[in-house]
Amino acid sequence: MSAGDARSATAPLVTIEIDGRRYRVDPRRNLLEVALELGFDLPYFCWHPALGSVGACRQCAVTQFKDENDTQGRVVMACMTPCADKTRIAIAHPDALEMRASVIEMLMTNHPHDCPVCEEGGACHLQDMTVMTGHAYRRYRFHKRTHVNQDLGPFVSHEMNRCIACYRCVRFYREYAGGDDLNVFGAHHYVYFGRASDGVLESPFSGNLVEVCPTGVFTDKTYGESYTRKWDLQQAPSICHHCAVGCNIMPGERYGRLKRIENRYHGALNGYFLCDRGRYGYQHVNAQGRVRHAALRRDRGAARQPVDADTAIATLAGWLAEGRVLGIGSPRASLEANYALRALVGADRFHRGIDAETARLDDLVLETLARGPAQIATIADIEQADAVLVLGEDVLATGARIALAIRQAVRQSAYAMADAAHVPRWQDHSARLLAQEVKSPLFVCTPAATGLDGIATRTYRGAPQDLVRLAQEIVHLLDYTQPRAPGLDGDTIHLAHTIAEALKGAQRPLIVSGTGCGSAALLQVVANLCTALGRSGRKPWLALLPSECNSLGTALLGGPGLDAALARIEVGEIDTLIVLENDLFRRVPAPRLQALLMRLSHLVVIDALATPTAEAADLLLPAGAFAETDGTLVNYEGRAQRYFQVYVPEGDIRESWRWLQQVARARGQDLGDALDALIAGCAGSDPRLARIVDAAPSARFRIHGSRIPRQPHRYSGRTAMHAQRDIHEPRPPQDPDTPLAFSMEGARTGAPPAEIPIFWYPRWNSVQSVHKFQQEIGGPLRGGDPGVRLIEPGPGGHYHDRPGYRAPAELETVWLYELFGSEELSVRGDAIASRVAAPYLVLHPATAARLGLTAGATVQVEAAGQRWQAVLRVSPTFAANVAGVPRGLPGVPTFATGTVLSVREVRP
Amino acid sequence: MSRHLKEHGTPAVPPPPVSPGGLRLIVEGFFTQLLSLWRVFLHLFARRATIEYPEQKPYLPPRYRGRIVLTRDPDGQERCVACNLCAVACPVGCIALQKAETPDGRWYPEWFRINFSRCIYCGMCEEACPTYAIQLTPDYEMAEYDRRNMVYEKEHLLIAGQGKYPGYSFYRVAGLAIAGKPKGAAQHEEPPVDPRSLLP
Repeated sequence: MSAGDARSATAPLVTIEIDGRRYRVDPRRNLLEVALELGFDLPYFCWHPALGSVGACRQCAVTQFKDENDTQGRVVMACMTPCADKTRIAIAHPDALEMRASVIEMLMTNHPHDCPVCEEGGACHLQDMTVMTGHAYRRYRFHKRTHVNQDLGPFVSHEMNRCIACYRCVRFYREYAGGDDLNVFGAHHYVYFGRASDGVLESPFSGNLVEVCPTGVFTDKTYGESYTRKWDLQQAPSICHHCAVGCNIMPGERYGRLKRIENRYHGALNGYFLCDRGRYGYQHVNAQGRVRHAALRRDRGAARQPVDADTAIATLAGWLAEGRVLGIGSPRASLEANYALRALVGADRFHRGIDAETARLDDLVLETLARGPAQIATIADIEQADAVLVLGEDVLATGARIALAIRQAVRQSAYAMADAAHVPRWQDHSARLLAQEVKSPLFVCTPAATGLDGIATRTYRGAPQDLVRLAQEIVHLLDYTQPRAPGLDGDTIHLAHTIAEALKGAQRPLIVSGTGCGSAALLQVVANLCTALGRSGRKPWLALLPSECNSLGTALLGGPGLDAALARIEVGEIDTLIVLENDLFRRVPAPRLQALLMRLSHLVVIDALATPTAEAADLLLPAGAFAETDGTLVNYEGRAQRYFQVYVPEGDIRESWRWLQQVARARGQDLGDALDALIAGCAGSDPRLARIVDAAPSARFRIHGSRIPRQPHRYSGRTAMHAQRDIHEPRPPQDPDTPLAFSMEGARTGAPPAEIPIFWYPRWNSVQSVHKFQQEIGGPLRGGDPGVRLIEPGPGGHYHDRPGYRAPAELETVWLYELFGSEELSVRGDAIASRVAAPYLVLHPATAARLGLTAGATVQVEAAGQRWQAVLRVSPTFAANVAGVPRGLPGVPTFATGTVLSVREVRP
Repeated sequence: MSRHLKEHGTPAVPPPPVSPGGLRLIVEGFFTQLLSLWRVFLHLFARRATIEYPEQKPYLPPRYRGRIVLTRDPDGQERCVACNLCAVACPVGCIALQKAETPDGRWYPEWFRINFSRCIYCGMCEEACPTYAIQLTPDYEMAEYDRRNMVYEKEHLLIAGQGKYPGYSFYRVAGLAIAGKPKGAAQHEEPPVDPRSLLP
């Protein structure tokens, strides 16, 4: 995952000498990378493993000697010097030491003396490097240059005076992430990194500036609001719950409040970067309206009263004993929680918490991945793809981290040019200059414009049915035994030719699709595409995005969808319905659902959020949010990943699976009393799930007899933080579920990669310390990347039948997605909520003209008996005839895919 | 008992040597006793070293390490910027606080708690404080019958004055802009530059 990832092929090692000792190293790397990998503490700023070298900061100076006899040497920049054979360098040479010290001293001449009030302080690369070079006193007695800051929106704070002009921010934001509203202005020591004027940073990856910036110019605004130093955060490894990509994250807690999310490096998945939904979507955990106490409605129509946990458990056990129970799981709950519910109510009474249509799509995703012949693409693989076809999925909104990887994939031909010209890939600007605008083929075929259109070779806009036709034509062009698509125009057939040629000509073709369109035909034709590519002798890569963080996990667990459950309620078969971490109002149209809920005697909801479903509950059990529980999720590539409890929350909150275990115990059923029992049970229930046990070491794992501490060794205030409640320090909470401890005590080194609670290393306090945990820079973590892949693609098989074509009806719904708004959990936090758009409706100009509607008008939309108001957006890059509806956006009701809308203008 | 002693019985100890000047020692000892008595007697007329505490209080130098206070800057504003350095420097972990921000941009502790029943008065917090906010004072009268009364919150810690270091204001030195002190108004700062200017 380092710039360009040049490690795909092996090269003969060369010998270099550092400080008089010889090392065998890879000649395609630069001296800085190699020195860091070998354990030397060589200061640097502008080099970043994913952004390459530019030689801007002059900090990584080393002395290079001409040959064996050279004693004088010359100072070179390690990040700009390749590892040629017989290179002799000295890191500890006096010239290099002096150079590094004076560079820091110069960088610090304008530094504003504000570390105590800087959110970077204590986790600051500039602080670390300053200490490392020995600069302690400011000798420069003249005035400091100052800058005025900008308001960059709800995510990122700006403090320009702390800048050292390493250019990492603009290199990441513009070149890596493709943003264009952050730039560098001015000249000489006036250079200014910011926007042309104040305003919200538009890139969906703006939060990474916080980690990319080696000083405190860009800091996390949500973290700053209730700031705690890094050394005071209690942390545990976790997995992002906001989409199916499953990025690894490191949430930090203090005083019972989740303070921030930091990236947790994963070599095959998120690498060094997260999207803003993942970084800032955590605030729902701290929301005021959280469910914190069990509550019971004793009489119909009465208000719910708080009850203690034992009463709640006994009540539910009593209802279960009456029989006629149904359990509804959830794709945003862990495997263990879903399994526990299934075990409690019985497999025949357990339903996946998704409608039948989504369940079918998830099953198709699973089937397509398992069937092969396509290899399932990790994000690191996506970055290596040299031809990409995005089919029907707005990945920037539904799995943004994948879109960032696709941005890197289009540089493959640039890398090929660099390799041919013998320009090392880490020479990032040289490689970019050489390639100019050359990009490898990327085709974006979606209903509406996406953020990837700017780098796409060609784009295609059509309703899902049209996308299926286009893909079918490509299948035909790849394998002439397959039928052609009906009724395509000449342009589209030409496009299909172009795409087919690009896929055929590629070494590593990649197809990206998902369940976003809600079209099973699309997934089938994607499977056909893979089959056709496989039959033509290529090994395609495939990334299929399901809709939620554990969609594939629930698909592996199986069970019928919601519709069957609703049918059973409708016929009056069910008295007690247990809903696990699920808001049914997001899945079933409200009128129907409300009528059905009335038919129940008892609605039991186990959830962390005060959802409309939880509001309707007769018995409400407070479940832990993601940072308060442990569990396993299965991401889009079928990787089972364990997330760990960060802190013990206040109130009656406990893991949803623990509630279920305790209810089971009250009924005399044994589901165990800790996580491992459920993991074992779940793994034993299906051979496909057997390996989830290996996702992380079990609760019995110890390092020399010790647990792994969640608190850093500098964790402060232990004897004061609880003193207002009890003068006697409480015993730290015990953790029966994991090998991690809610304590400072334990083994600080040697944690397995899935259970590293903090990236910290002596002299490396900032997140840059991650290189001390990697096998090689940009490669997997020591001990291998966390998680286990559950799906092994098969050799491929037959084709699905060609789906029949039906032209979309006028104003048929086509789903659109918003990075901020379409996902349930993240919109409940203030920062994300402030970025959520008002409900809107998208039409093609021709469609709008036919209906007599103008852009910007407020329209009333009706779908299946539900009405809402929306602002009309008219977009020429949107598919004609159909209507685009942002799915899941607050204010947009739930209805089935393909519903035909009726739209009329509301005149004020 | 070790095996060696069991096998060989008690080790032979040589008899103590008889002192040649035994009588002289006795005489000398007698006189030093008298001398001591005399010196003790003289103390009846010496200046008293002890004082009548608590009616009388001893003088303690300003740098004595007693009760911890939070001070204010010359403008009467809280000096503490909630940087957490005192808390992390504290070897017994008896300081806890939470940062907050005033509308004018100053950082301050939303709450600040010291558990004096754990404090060892080492002064590390004062040494770590970058703003002279936390200071140890010569007040040592902090004994309580109930340990719970030794938990001091910010309202108990914050004093009205500047303590031992008058005249220092962190925000006049540091580059963070607050209301009334924009960018370029701190010590050794030039007015903000215009990044659109290409002039040298």
